[in-house]
Amino acid sequence: MNQPDLLFKALADPSRRALLDLLYANDGQRLSELCRHLDMTRQSVSQHLELLQAANLVATRRRGREKLHFLNPVPLQDIYERWISKFERPRLKALHDLKRRLEGTHK
Amino acid sequence: MSKSTFVYVTFIRTIPEHLWSALTTPQFNEQYWFGMRCESAWTRGSPWKLLYGDGRVADIGQIVEADPPRRLVIKWRNEWNPELKAEGDSLCTFEIETVPDVSPAAVKLSITHSIEQAESKFIHAVSGGWPRILSNLKSLLETGTIALKSSKAA
Repeated sequence: MNQPDLLFKALADPSRRALLDLLYANDGQRLSELCRHLDMTRQSVSQHLELLQAANLVATRRRGREKLHFLNPVPLQDIYERWISKFERPRLKALHDLKRRLEGTHK
Repeated sequence: MSKSTFVYVTFIRTIPEHLWSALTTPQFNEQYWFGMRCESAWTRGSPWKLLYGDGRVADIGQIVEADPPRRLVIKWRNEWNPELKAEGDSLCTFEIETVPDVSPAAVKLSITHSIEQAESKFIHAVSGGWPRILSNLKSLLETGTIALKSSKAA
């Protein structure tokens, strides 16, 4: 599978997106820490992490005997440039602002 | 002490020597680093500077390790913003690995940037830039042109 396919496949799953959100909130976590926040077996979390790594969305670093997981945002930047940035950014922003106002989110 | 660490990884269709030269040549830096450039002798212990296009100093530091074209470690701190400067030195490691058995040749560039400070504003400020810098670097090395012209992306 080529890199964009791996990337979109990795993102097309709520558990994997949740893992990315967990790493965004607190980068450099161990598998056991990530498992604590998810209602899944350790093995499932580990498999999801492997797919995220294959898509280059998660990078790992060793610290002694521990393996730490980091969110790698570079492929997301590539998606942004390939699929969003070039398509009329100002109008997209206006729509996004309108949607936020109408839906009353405060982010 | 707690620590802030960010890791960035990108795959680039190039050879390690070209990537090393892109990281260590000011004229090359300017093309993908939004007009900024690095100046250093790129040997262990030598000073390192990151400069704006007009010559103002953004960040300063020192080369901790230089093993061309594989590994570069820079001790790096902000120079112009008192709040960021107060956080002190960060450590930025560049690792360049050849991806085995692919044609055309490709390298994996990993950047690990850390500081001995939780919730570091300096790392946050720098990290906002790395993905865009790396995207530019990748397209420059692969196609000869850059994707983003301005650092003020929405």
